[in-house]
Amino acid sequence: MSFLSFAWDWLKSPAQWSGSGDIQLRILQHLYYTGLALVVAALIALPLGVLIGHYGRGGFLVVNLANAWRAIPTLGLLVLLVVLFGFNTVTWLLPLVVLAIPAILVNAYEGVAGVDADLKDAARGMGMTDGQILRKVEIPVALPLIMLGLRTGAIFVVATATIEAEIGLGGLGRYIIDGLATSNYGEVAGGAVLVVILALLVQVVFVGLRYLVVPAPLRAQARAS
Amino acid sequence: MSWSQFWQYAAANAWLGVVPALIGLVIAVPVGIACVRWRLLYPPVLSATNVIYAIPSLALFVVLIDYTGLGNLTLLIPLTLFSLCVLVPNVVDGLRSVPDPVRQAATAMGFGPTRRLLQVELPLAIPVVIAGLRIAVVSSISLVSVGALIGVNSLGYFFIDGLQRSFNEEIYAAIVGIIVIALLADLILVLVRRLLTPWSRSRGRDGRGGAAASAGVPETEQAVLAEGMAR
Repeated sequence: MSFLSFAWDWLKSPAQWSGSGDIQLRILQHLYYTGLALVVAALIALPLGVLIGHYGRGGFLVVNLANAWRAIPTLGLLVLLVVLFGFNTVTWLLPLVVLAIPAILVNAYEGVAGVDADLKDAARGMGMTDGQILRKVEIPVALPLIMLGLRTGAIFVVATATIEAEIGLGGLGRYIIDGLATSNYGEVAGGAVLVVILALLVQVVFVGLRYLVVPAPLRAQARAS
Repeated sequence: MSWSQFWQYAAANAWLGVVPALIGLVIAVPVGIACVRWRLLYPPVLSATNVIYAIPSLALFVVLIDYTGLGNLTLLIPLTLFSLCVLVPNVVDGLRSVPDPVRQAATAMGFGPTRRLLQVELPLAIPVVIAGLRIAVVSSISLVSVGALIGVNSLGYFFIDGLQRSFNEEIYAAIVGIIVIALLADLILVLVRRLLTPWSRSRGRDGRGGAAASAGVPETEQAVLAEGMAR
């Protein structure tokens, strides 16, 4: 396993853990890019998906557009924005947002649209208004899928934030891109290991988050489906 | 950028994207069947796909450089793994979506387990499996471009080259090229599904409410498209 020994040699060197561009800083940058992109994507995609699911119109379009949307190469969008508008927050943020939107949108839509019609009838029979049904019935029941969408989006973004280093952004991709440019294989290997660990940790966090957010009776059900 | 170079890289992009999805399918079908037959197998397999799925493609590419060099294999292996992660759950969901009455009817008609699998369960699972294949193909065609960062040539080459030379048209052309290839592949898969599931054609625009609904299957195909992969 020469790869791991390269990575280990690089990681255990104290130089990586202090000074400018140390590992702690790169991890924080990576998490910052990921978090910001995810929040913006969720602000756009969650309300849209929930409303489309609630009103039941345009679902066919959403699902098929989302699949076509996946064809957009993130690296291409990134370099295009940079050559067109220079390097700024929007340039690096937009491709990550674009990447996260389909997973969040489609899952929110599917979650709400898939709520049992009998359940909604019962809620209406109990005197709930349309808004109450949405808030108290549809959204809670859709939470397992909504959380799945957010988790999928987060995994995409955390993984893809790596290629942002190509346009000069920080984050863990820096090590891979710089290492490749200088033929420093230890740095490439160390960076790859770090980003894999971070991606797995983010996934674990979302599994935990789902446990906290999803109402207990719905957990088992979502696991079974 | 010359057009001959563009077409050459477009062709490379197409096959580097399609081949891993197809290899993934060939592996995912038996794995999925095994997971349905031996239920205990599925949870660990599902966890493994979740873990692999979280690995950034660029990280996996650079890990493999040491073993497979800077060749196509370095791209094909990770993309095949990612395709597997999408396809295995789809094969399992597709097979599980076959309603019990249908299975019992096949048994009552004298179908053994193997024949029932091949002639009843797998055909009914086709819409769900193809929904997964669409995701795998589109995503891996798009992901191939990331390979340009480690020097594997595809349309992604023009992203790197265009960035270095501020050659915008080159970047436009490559983005459009990738999207067109992906959508063409997607369209072909939709047509293949229509050919393979003639019973679903008469109802609904997109197979929704087709065979699946008439057989009492929930609209899993739509739900399956909710998942995805891209990096």
